[in-house]
Amino acid sequence: MHELSIANSILDAVRAEAGRRPGARFRKVGVRVGELAGVEPEALSFCFDSLVRGTELEPLALEIESCPRRQRCSKCDRTFQVVDFEVTCPGCGATDTQFMSGTELEMAYLELEET
Amino acid sequence: MSRVPLEKKVLSENDRIAGELRTRWREHGISCFNLISSPGAGKTTLLERTLEGFPRGERVAVLTGDIQTDNDARRLARFGFPVRQITTGGACHLDARMVERALANWRLAELDLLLIENVGNLVCPASYDLGEAAKIVVLSVTEGDDKPLKYPAIFFRAELLVLSKIDLLPYVPFNLTSARENALRVHPGMEILELSSTTGEGLGDWRCWLEARRRAARAARTG
Repeated sequence: MHELSIANSILDAVRAEAGRRPGARFRKVGVRVGELAGVEPEALSFCFDSLVRGTELEPLALEIESCPRRQRCSKCDRTFQVVDFEVTCPGCGATDTQFMSGTELEMAYLELEET
Repeated sequence: MSRVPLEKKVLSENDRIAGELRTRWREHGISCFNLISSPGAGKTTLLERTLEGFPRGERVAVLTGDIQTDNDARRLARFGFPVRQITTGGACHLDARMVERALANWRLAELDLLLIENVGNLVCPASYDLGEAAKIVVLSVTEGDDKPLKYPAIFFRAELLVLSKIDLLPYVPFNLTSARENALRVHPGMEILELSSTTGEGLGDWRCWLEARRRAARAARTG
């Protein structure tokens, strides 16, 4: 259950940003979670909400963008989404494809009201 | 309402410390490996056999992580090499700061191999970089051969899969071919070794793998 420490890291980043923007009210934080990140989005949301409740950051919401695994074909250069671990290029059938993304665990944006 | 971009890794602080560790190890020509598996897959026993096979004075050390107890450190300390226990007190994984703290006062100049035994868990340790040269995932044949498909994050990130306890194959329904196929579906090109810490079968290949990586790290030493 490392989602609790992940949620804590997200809130640390939000608080750091809050220090740079006095008076701003943060409404939402967006994060990208890749399918190979090893992070369960539902558990992350649950931990995040539990940590925010009763703090100065309430009612900060978490928006998770789930990112599928993507590979690029070395032969035809097409980038494609991997479904069911199938890394063969759906365009030309080449099996030589390179991993592009799918391990993201990144902060994307903050939505805020400046007063 | 306005939206400001915040392009930053969630675990950037962990990654920063891991980066520093990696730099220190490169300076000293140290190879560091992060062993990950579910509880009971045989990480500690594999480390016992590994340490047992080294001559006295070998430049090797072990960090071993557990939620509670220093039982593993005591098991591993018998071989006379530096061993330190990291007790996480509840955390289900090691992070780079725990490793950094555990390394305090260790003379890195006396090492060229550091083996880190992570907390037994096939999920959480996958997300944390410890500055290792490679993650190694251990899967025992008493588990399911579809584990790579169930826990793709760790099988994707690990460079090497060690299939352990193969002496038990006659007694369990584990299918080695399926396990290999499943691992390669998640991680095409992944290196795979089969071994038994009980009979010693396959331990030679494991030692060869470690030695090859150590030689490469010593050659790439920057310090």
